[in-house]
Amino acid sequence: MNTPSGQTVTPPESRAVNNVTLVEAVNMALAWEMEHDENVVLLGEDIATNGGVFRATVGLKERFGYRRVMDTPLAENLIAGTAIGMATQGLRPVAEFQFMGFIYAGMEQMISHAARMRNRTRGRLHCPLVYRAPFGGGIHAPEHHSESTEALFAHVPGLRVVIPSSPQRAYGLLLAAIRNPDPVVFLEPKRIYRAVTQSVADDGEALRLDTCFTLREGEDVTLISWGASILETLQAADKLAEQGVSAEVIDVATISPLDRETLLCSVAKTGRAVIVHEACRNGGVGAEVAASIAEAAFLDLQAPVVRVTGYDTIMPYYRNEQAYLPQVDDIVEAVEQVIAL
Amino acid sequence: MRQRHEFHVDSTRYLDDRGKPLGELPPQAGDVDRVLAAYRNMVLTRTFDAKTIALQRTGKCGTYPSVLGHEVIGTVIGQSLKKTDVFVPYYRDQAAHILRGVSLTELLLYWGGDERGSAWKNCPEDLPIAVPIATQCCHAVGVASAFRIRGEKRAVVCCVGDGGTSKGDFLESINLAGAWHLPVVFVVVNNQWAISTPRSVQSSADTIAQKAIGAGLPGHVVDGNDYFAVTEAVDQALERAHGGKGASVIEAVTYRLGDHTTADDATRYRSADALKKAWEKDGLKRLQNYLHDTGNWNPEQEKQLQADCKQTVDQAVEAYLATEPEPPTAMVDYLFETLPVALQGQRARIADKHRARGGQGGSV
Repeated sequence: MNTPSGQTVTPPESRAVNNVTLVEAVNMALAWEMEHDENVVLLGEDIATNGGVFRATVGLKERFGYRRVMDTPLAENLIAGTAIGMATQGLRPVAEFQFMGFIYAGMEQMISHAARMRNRTRGRLHCPLVYRAPFGGGIHAPEHHSESTEALFAHVPGLRVVIPSSPQRAYGLLLAAIRNPDPVVFLEPKRIYRAVTQSVADDGEALRLDTCFTLREGEDVTLISWGASILETLQAADKLAEQGVSAEVIDVATISPLDRETLLCSVAKTGRAVIVHEACRNGGVGAEVAASIAEAAFLDLQAPVVRVTGYDTIMPYYRNEQAYLPQVDDIVEAVEQVIAL
Repeated sequence: MRQRHEFHVDSTRYLDDRGKPLGELPPQAGDVDRVLAAYRNMVLTRTFDAKTIALQRTGKCGTYPSVLGHEVIGTVIGQSLKKTDVFVPYYRDQAAHILRGVSLTELLLYWGGDERGSAWKNCPEDLPIAVPIATQCCHAVGVASAFRIRGEKRAVVCCVGDGGTSKGDFLESINLAGAWHLPVVFVVVNNQWAISTPRSVQSSADTIAQKAIGAGLPGHVVDGNDYFAVTEAVDQALERAHGGKGASVIEAVTYRLGDHTTADDATRYRSADALKKAWEKDGLKRLQNYLHDTGNWNPEQEKQLQADCKQTVDQAVEAYLATEPEPPTAMVDYLFETLPVALQGQRARIADKHRARGGQGGSV
């Protein structure tokens, strides 16, 4: 058996697939769930014959037919709203937005209907759907293709906002998102779509939503991040270890509803927290994390909570995007600052 | 130069303003029971409407959009849709909701600020009232897509106002309905007004129906106050949808005889003369005259119907006013299927505050 990208599958009993990228893991999860639940359908721009501009849906039209893998007209508001209508009928649509920069036309549907349908009908109708979109900078993309505006969605009651940061978590979290009976905004960090590979067990096992993942245990400081920034955060933790600083690294993954418990337990242990995200600082999800720690763990803190984020500017075009994105050294410096206190 | 395409938009009307047939009526006119049932529903709707406005004026109901003058269109939709079809409304479809099985008490609860007003028990698949303009059009094509994907011979009727046809939601949805060959009927309730903005400002197109042509769909104009014209058009469009022949757009031309909502004052932008002229074309009175002229209705029956409708509405109002508010914890309980841990603390706080203040409503 071959996955769409052609890598070989190791023994069938383990169902482990080696060298899987994050975007391939997305494809594997979609294929698994379509195979096992006929209500799962895909819709979006260029997702059928072309397999998506990032190839996340490659091979799925051939396998499941155009009836279940649908190219839509070029209208994001329509994609968001059509998925809602489908979902009220018991389908489990997974709608792809080509880039987060184009998702905004669909936000009225997401906020005013998808997020509210269960509540406003007192459970009569609900929206088991997933809105997928690649997001974030660092791939030399054109204007409007590099922003990280996850906070816009995290602010909306009724939406779950999930961001994977590794192939394994992409597979397990996407399965969980599709099976979730409520709407999930699933944001895929495209900078790491192909940056790392992992062995992924194609066994249909979903991960839990609404929980953070502790990627590395430590004693001196808690590094809290999500999405592509997890890469730099882990690298910073390595560097800090060389300096004798033991950093705990937490991937928030589901930024809303936020698993504060895991974050607070970690900060109670380390006494220090540094939050890292690509999105601009003002009103970012990092602010909610910092406020939660200040409210509930103030007496555990040995230093102020510090954020390492993008600037409150328009995301620069790609010649300057690295100047905007948080770098490993920025994280290390921030940790040195809170350790020194 | 070669002419590539030309289009035409038909317009239908069977009764004059007084309810006299202009010629031969469509076959539906032969079903007198159906016509009488339609008239009864229009009167019930108008009685409910007047009562709800009175409730709002006396502080017993929230802001409410009157359906005065639109009773024909909703009634036809309610009659023509099959039980297994799905209705996707805007917010002035009271006449259709009643025939779909939504109770008057549920409608009062919705406009009276209670989410249970959309928990419709008798038409569980119909979409709830859509307040953001035209957004429901996208849901309609989604529902119709589900029917197509599953190979079900069911159809969708979606209502939208004339103002709503200026929005992308409408245009994108009729476009998809054409491209995907979906079993959906869009009924544009052209009541001439989007709050204070007249139809002429929405578009310079001669008809709204012709917007369908650009989506590859048939578009048809009907006199929206003419029961037979609307019935024929909706029946034909639904037959087309059920038969796998695709979507269509019907522009039902009517007039908003009331204010936009109880929060509006139409005298600020609309002349008394225009309103007086519109009343002369009222679809309810027109059908009443027709039934009277054809020997199917008399003043005694009218008196009885008015009394029956008043009683039905009064009972619904009584049930509405007697309904205890939900406990405030309901705001959390229907947000997700299962309450996330992140919200458990907030739920407990809502419950504690409610108890501490001796709150009423069901138990928390």
